[in-house]
Amino acid sequence: MDIYSILFWFLSAMAVGCALGVILSRNPVNSVMFLILTFFAISGHYILMNAQFLAVVNIIVYAGAIMVLFLFVIMLMNLNADVEPQKGMMIQLAGVISGGTLFLVVLMGLTTAKSELIDPRSSDIGLISNLGKVLFTRYVLPFEISSVLFLSAMIGAVVIGKKENIPASDKTEIV
Amino acid sequence: MLLLNIDAAFVIEKVILISVILMGSLGVAMYATWAERKVSAVMQDRVGPNRAGPFGLLQPLADGLKLFFKEEIIPDRSTQFIFILGPCLAMLTATMTSAVMPWGPDFTMAGRTISLQVADINIGILFVFGVVSLGVYGVMLGGWASNNKFSLLSSIRAASQCISYELAMGISLIALLMMTGSLSMKDIVTQQHGFWKDGYFTWNFFKQPVGFIIFLTCSFAELSRAPFDLPECDSELNMGYHQEYSSMKLGFYLFAEYINMFISSAVISTLFFGGYNFPFMDQVQAAVPSGIFSLICVGALMAKIVGMILFFMFVRWTLPRFRYDQLMKLGWRSLIPLALINMLVTGGVILLTMKK
Repeated sequence: MDIYSILFWFLSAMAVGCALGVILSRNPVNSVMFLILTFFAISGHYILMNAQFLAVVNIIVYAGAIMVLFLFVIMLMNLNADVEPQKGMMIQLAGVISGGTLFLVVLMGLTTAKSELIDPRSSDIGLISNLGKVLFTRYVLPFEISSVLFLSAMIGAVVIGKKENIPASDKTEIV
Repeated sequence: MLLLNIDAAFVIEKVILISVILMGSLGVAMYATWAERKVSAVMQDRVGPNRAGPFGLLQPLADGLKLFFKEEIIPDRSTQFIFILGPCLAMLTATMTSAVMPWGPDFTMAGRTISLQVADINIGILFVFGVVSLGVYGVMLGGWASNNKFSLLSSIRAASQCISYELAMGISLIALLMMTGSLSMKDIVTQQHGFWKDGYFTWNFFKQPVGFIIFLTCSFAELSRAPFDLPECDSELNMGYHQEYSSMKLGFYLFAEYINMFISSAVISTLFFGGYNFPFMDQVQAAVPSGIFSLICVGALMAKIVGMILFFMFVRWTLPRFRYDQLMKLGWRSLIPLALINMLVTGGVILLTMKK
C-alpha cells in the first residue's frame, strides 16, 4: 500500500459512506451536508487522477453553488424531521423499482463497456489546457449542443420565474 | 516500509511558510479591527480607541481577551452541532485561500530554492474562487442553526447575495484570464513583472480597468462589507446571522470577516496591481542579495494590501447601505451585462491583435 492507494480507499469509503448518509439521515439539512461531503470525496478522486481542473470546478459548481441553492430552499421551507410527510407503501415501492432499474442499467453499462485503461498517475488529460483543446477540437459539436441545452434550460427557468399579469378571475386556475 | 518518501526539508520549509502566513494574516486581521475604528474616528472627527497602549494599539488584544472571557451561550432550541460548525467553517474558508497566493519571488538559501508560495497549482485562481464559494456555508449554516428568524433571514440574504455576485465576478475574471492565458497565480504575477514594458504598463489594472471595477464591486459584496453589508444590516435584522452567538464563536465570525478582507485585498493586488512587483525592480534586484530582494518584494505586496484595506474602510465609512432590491438590480442588471460586454470586447481585441 503506497500513499496513493491509501488515499484512494479513504476517499472511496468517504464517498460511499456520505452517499449513504444522504439517503439515510432524517433531517434534510444533514442530507445536504452529507451530499457536500460526497462531492468533496469525488473531487479528491479527480485530484488523484491529476484532473485538478475538474476537481475544482466540481467544488465551485456543485458544492459552491448548487448545494447552496438546495440548502437555501430547505431553509426557506423550514423542513425538519418532524414535518416530513410519511409516504405511502405504493410510492415507496415505485421508488425502489425505478431506482433499482436505473442502478441495473448503469451497472450493465459499466460492466460491458470496454474502457481504455490509463495510468491516472502519469496522465495529464485532466489538466485545463488539454481539456480545453479536446473540448474545442474533437468534441466541439457535443460541447456546443450541450451549451444550447443549458441556454434553453435557462430561458425556461426565466419564463417560469417571470411575474405574469393574471386577471383576478383566472388566478385560482393557475395556482 | 517507505510510505511517504517526502523530503523532510521540504516539509519543514512549507510548515514554516504556512505558519508565518497564518500568523501574518491573523495579525493583519487583528490590526485591521483597530485600523477600522481609527479610520472611522478620523472620518467622523473623533479620537477613536486611545486608552489601551499608545494610540490604542493594544485595543485588539483587549478585545480578544474580552471575547475569550465572555460566557459561552448555546441557544436551547438550536441545532448544536451545526451551530458550532458555522463559525469554524467561516474561519477555515477564510484562512484557506492564502495557500495559493505568491507572496514573493523565489530566493536561494543554503543551496535550496525557496518559494514564497505554499502551493503553485496550475488552477490557482479557480482554487481561490472555489474557497470563496464555500465561504457562504459558514454564514448560512450558522444563521440557520441559531433557530432565530433574524439570523435565518440574514443567512438567506448572505447566500443569495454571494451567489449573485459570484457570477459577475467569474465573468470579469474570464476576461482577465483570456489576457493572461494561465490560471496559475504565479504565472499571472510573473507576467506583470516590473511596471513598464514595450510602451505600456504591465499591471493588469491598466489592461482591464472595467474588469477591475466589476471585480472590486463584487468583492465588496462577497465580503458583505458596506455598502453591501445587508446580511448584518442592523436596522432591519438586529445583528444578522451572528445574533445568537457569543464569546469566541462570535469572535470567529467577526475575525473571519477581517481575514477575508485581508485575503481579498491580496487577491486584488495580485491579479490587478502586479502582486509583489514594483517599478524599477530589476535595478533593485541587481543591487541587493536575493533574500533581501524577496523581502522587499513581500514589503511591496504588503503595502498594496494595506492600501486596499484602507480603501475598503474609506468606502465603508463614506457610502450609505444599499437597499436589498437595489443590490440585486445592480448585480444582475448592471454588473453581469457589463462583465459580458467586457469579455466580448476583450476577446475581440485579442483576436484582432493576435500575431500568428
